[in-house]
Amino acid sequence: MPDELYVVAYDGEHRRAVDHAVDQARRSGARLHIVHVIEWSPYRFLTPQELEERHKRRSEEVARAEAEVIQPILSELGNAGIEATGEIRYGNVVELLAAIAQKQHASGIIMGRSRGTSFGGRIFGSAAMGLAQVSPVPVTIVP
Amino acid sequence: MKKMFPAALAATLAPFAAAAQGIDEAINSIVGTATGPFVSFIFAPFPGTSFPWIVLWLVVGATVFTIYFGFIQLRGFGHAIGLVKGDYSHPEDEGEVSHFQALATALSGTVGLGNIAGVAVAVSIGGPGATFWMILAGLMGMASKFTECTLGVKYRNEYPDGTVSGGPMYYLTKGMAEQGRATIGRILAVLFSIFCILGALGGGNMFQANQAHAQLVNITGGANSFLDGNGWITGIIMAGIVFLVIVGGIKSIAQVTEKLVPAMAIIYVGAGIIILIMNYDMIGWAFGQIFAGAFTGLGVAGGLVGALIQGFRRAAFSNEAGVGSAAIAHSAVRTKEPVTEGYVSLLEPFIDTVVICTMTALVIIITGVLGQDPSTGLYIWDAELGRIATEGGVTGVELTSAAFGSSISWFPLVLAVAVVLFAFSTMISWSYYGLKAWTFLFGEGKATELAFKVIFCIFVVLGAAMSLGPVIDFSDAAIFAMAVVNITGLYFLMPIVKRELEKYNAKLASGQIVKVK
Repeated sequence: MPDELYVVAYDGEHRRAVDHAVDQARRSGARLHIVHVIEWSPYRFLTPQELEERHKRRSEEVARAEAEVIQPILSELGNAGIEATGEIRYGNVVELLAAIAQKQHASGIIMGRSRGTSFGGRIFGSAAMGLAQVSPVPVTIVP
Repeated sequence: MKKMFPAALAATLAPFAAAAQGIDEAINSIVGTATGPFVSFIFAPFPGTSFPWIVLWLVVGATVFTIYFGFIQLRGFGHAIGLVKGDYSHPEDEGEVSHFQALATALSGTVGLGNIAGVAVAVSIGGPGATFWMILAGLMGMASKFTECTLGVKYRNEYPDGTVSGGPMYYLTKGMAEQGRATIGRILAVLFSIFCILGALGGGNMFQANQAHAQLVNITGGANSFLDGNGWITGIIMAGIVFLVIVGGIKSIAQVTEKLVPAMAIIYVGAGIIILIMNYDMIGWAFGQIFAGAFTGLGVAGGLVGALIQGFRRAAFSNEAGVGSAAIAHSAVRTKEPVTEGYVSLLEPFIDTVVICTMTALVIIITGVLGQDPSTGLYIWDAELGRIATEGGVTGVELTSAAFGSSISWFPLVLAVAVVLFAFSTMISWSYYGLKAWTFLFGEGKATELAFKVIFCIFVVLGAAMSLGPVIDFSDAAIFAMAVVNITGLYFLMPIVKRELEKYNAKLASGQIVKVK
């Protein structure tokens, strides 16, 4: 099993980070750990109806992410001869990626830059900027 | 142009409104008469006294739970904060209902007009001393809430599709069946469901619509407002929006409201704190009035007993401890230990009553809107109205509005927005509680659920059209009837809660349950 491991953020749509990670893995023989984060805050307000249905909705969301995001990309990477694992997490993308990288003793984190307008990012900060500040390992932000 | 619009609208509606003035009076008379016997029974005094038996029932219940669980509200307060912060939440439960979310949703059903209008009613009838008993009731009610919410999680129904339903209907049925008391449990569950439907229509609906309308009248010209005496207009508009949400399934309205309500609560509490800071030199005096009034009455007709009755009545209405309603919301939390939600829920009466209601009471007392004789220091009693004389003769939300408005002139407008949002949010929560009770009685199905939802909307119109007196009496009676049944069940089931508590505390002590943060 290769020692080098990269944590890769994948939202299921934008492939730039994954493609870059694949190049990296091919060059160094590193393993990849694909992380799909569903944005969630335990402090978000819910209506009583939403409380009742939350567990059901979560199960549906996880099943959909597993079937439409994680399994297809793992299968694709496997076919390309790249050793990869994946996980689906709920929470804040910055905090989770930093925590996972630390726990897995990753060599680095690879994530794509948001293509949205920079206005919101300048005010609130983007996930990439946030991760660059708190990550315990080097971060590669793919434009 | 903007200024002309209300005037033009008033002129257009005036002939119609004048002709329809009688609608409010007719509704008031018919519904008031119909609910009278129920209200009289719930508030019947002990023979030879003026002390209602229901108040003693609530006091005894809260005292029993406080002693039985060894003052859990004091011992467990810190642990409850830790649970809400997520110190004990496992990462695998990310995306599930957190302790904070269950607490926040339950609070959105309780924090509202009970804290704004209810407190004004309490101090105008019971005097400042009512605040003392209200705080005491809030502190003791924390133990009642702990008991019912632990049971709510332990005996909830988890369906194969992943949805969760809990509340007194389920713990009374399942918990008492476990003890070999299935028949009593079933009877209590059915009674609770009936009263929960009445509570949803009364306190969770009519009182909210009534006071939202009162504040709208207040800011649109008071007695000269085109809405004055035409509550049915406000009622129909509010009922239409409620209909869109609960029947039409337009979730976005409910979601927006749920998100605005915490902001309005922060603005309300913030304004109260600013007024208290502006009058910081009077806070000590106000607490003096509260303590003196609690035991002497300070000229209020009912004296100590009057203050106590009003304090307990309004506290129970506001924080719903022992009523059982909050257990429905709390039961959806993701936890392996039911008692954790019991701990979290005890924060609810504290936030609702000890913090927010006390702040409202202090603002009312400090701003001097209650009539007081400067020579004797006693409050001026208006025997005709049966309450302390107030500026403009107002009570309920209008009195709170006058108190805030005397320090921050524009605040009544903000309060009107807050009141409407609080009223709407409470209605949405209670329509859900009522529906759960309704489906427990009549089964699930589109037609039966639609029937309840339509009835609920009709009661919005009735509540807005009626005067405060009969609305608040019916609302209190319905909520307290729930407490009679629920607390009876809790007496039977409290040994189960104690076992859960001991088991959980043993796990904490042995390190089996540790902080994850």
